[in-house]
Amino acid sequence: MKNRPIFYKKKEELKNVKLSALSVGIPENLIRKKPLRFPTLAENEVARHYTYLSTLNHGVDSGFYPLGSCTMKYNFKILEKIAGNESFSNIYPFSSEEDIQGLLEILYRTDKSLSEIFGYAHFTFQPAAGSHGEHTGLLIIRAFHKDNGESDRDVVLIPDTAHGTNPASAVLAGYKVRKIPTNDQGNLDLEFLKKEVSNYKVAALMLTNPSTLGLFETQILEIAEIVHDAGGLLYYDGANANALMGIIRPGDMGFDVCHLNLHKTFGTPHGGGGPGSGPVGVKDFLVPFLPNPLVKMDDGMYVLDSSSKKSIGKVHGFYGNINVVIKAFVFIIMYGRDGLKHVSQQAIINANYLQEKLKDVYKLAYNRRCMHEFVLSAAKLKKDFGISALDIAKRLIDYGIHPPTIYFPQIVSESMMMEPTESESKEELDDFIQIMTDIRAEIETNPEILHDAPITRVVGRLDEAKAVKEPKLTALD
Amino acid sequence: MSLVMNKFYYTEEHEWLKVEEGNIAVVGITDHAQDSLGDIVFLEMPKEGEDFTQGDEIGVIESVKTVSNLYIPVSGSIIEVNSDVVEDPAFVNSSPYDEGWLVRIEMTEPSELEDLLSADDYTELISKEE
Repeated sequence: MKNRPIFYKKKEELKNVKLSALSVGIPENLIRKKPLRFPTLAENEVARHYTYLSTLNHGVDSGFYPLGSCTMKYNFKILEKIAGNESFSNIYPFSSEEDIQGLLEILYRTDKSLSEIFGYAHFTFQPAAGSHGEHTGLLIIRAFHKDNGESDRDVVLIPDTAHGTNPASAVLAGYKVRKIPTNDQGNLDLEFLKKEVSNYKVAALMLTNPSTLGLFETQILEIAEIVHDAGGLLYYDGANANALMGIIRPGDMGFDVCHLNLHKTFGTPHGGGGPGSGPVGVKDFLVPFLPNPLVKMDDGMYVLDSSSKKSIGKVHGFYGNINVVIKAFVFIIMYGRDGLKHVSQQAIINANYLQEKLKDVYKLAYNRRCMHEFVLSAAKLKKDFGISALDIAKRLIDYGIHPPTIYFPQIVSESMMMEPTESESKEELDDFIQIMTDIRAEIETNPEILHDAPITRVVGRLDEAKAVKEPKLTALD
Repeated sequence: MSLVMNKFYYTEEHEWLKVEEGNIAVVGITDHAQDSLGDIVFLEMPKEGEDFTQGDEIGVIESVKTVSNLYIPVSGSIIEVNSDVVEDPAFVNSSPYDEGWLVRIEMTEPSELEDLLSADDYTELISKEE
């Protein structure tokens, strides 16, 4: 018997339901005139409906999820359990400092830990996402320049490999954006950078290191010198910080401001719409500009300190998405110093293992050692066989694997960006390599299957353009 | 290999320009551009009568993969916007050099045409990318 969701119930089986009991006190003009049509269902039908739908999901609990840039690592269930504890989840937001010493201690110690791991003086936990962190970091940079009487610094430099949120955050913070190209090694074009800092009044350079190509920017010290000599600040997009923990610190590379994505690097699942947390860390000289309040220790008590007059003000209600910070705190103390280093090393080893095994099967965008992720290109396959990165990605769904990120970074044509994370075993990686190799063979022997893929799922190839232009947002007519 | 039209002018940003008569020219995006962008779902076009300088951003092209800017190849004013493609951007994919044209302009600095790429130059440019 075929499992089906209730959406396929015949019209005759639907029954008019008038929710009269719920209408009490609602103004007459707001009460629905036409009754709603609901299917009439027994409890087991409802249970089967939802259980069936849940089997259509793919998550990191059900299989491999090598989504580059997004870091879909496996997060331990105990993190959710601890963060969901009533002692945290039932805290009244307006509680006095004395009543929430435990929670403030967690914020304080997470600040200390992240500052130590990444090389900063303090972190704020208010930003609710990576992009929110970027914007907050840029507001801090703007406040700093203004304080120095340099409000005329109006340009933010951003590499062409950057996450799309970088230019968006910069524009939102009132800056003009100049794009810096990448050279054929996958590094920043230094000569271009030198010209830009002399031609414009640069407020900051935003850099992701390792970059979205999964490559470590080896010229970082020189870049920091160029930007600092021109009076600009260096901003670290911490989206890829999961490759660096315990190995090297952005603070030591010359980055003045840094955001992290706790919801990808530190124990909270990424995606699904949140909640996220994008804490921003700064060097000593920028601490006065951080959003108020900061958690500080005063005479044996944890306190919320809003004394800084130069603060850019609050950027989130209360203290940010605390639940995510708690998971990060537990993640950090569970692993400890050596464990965190091992996490990053394992992520790098896994990515390099995949890259090495796949680089002769598919084309590598930049042939050098990668960090925690790497980028393959299907450009030649498209030219020779008419098979695009999209076709390969869709075919992976048939094999029970979540597709990698495709068509980003944009500087690589037909790009496929893979990030295995530290979570996967060698057996899992070997299975994936075999599947990718099998798909490579299909490209020549059975290209039709790739054009049609996925062919084994409840829905086949979707018309993405139609989905954007004519979205159907209701299940029932 | 994407189609490149002879006698058209091209930019490194993958726009084409065809001189109609006098200072009137038509602008669109190339076959290579539409192929790289994938299915185009939304176009934001300038208003008729607006004046621009060479290289100015005059619109936005949104596809299922990405969003990119449209730049004007030479200085001029917009005399007509192709309302058919604004209504149904799929024309840009199916017919980039003909029905999928984007704007008609009156060039104010026709000498700027010398800055643009020829069909041969452009073919060489995209052969590196493809």
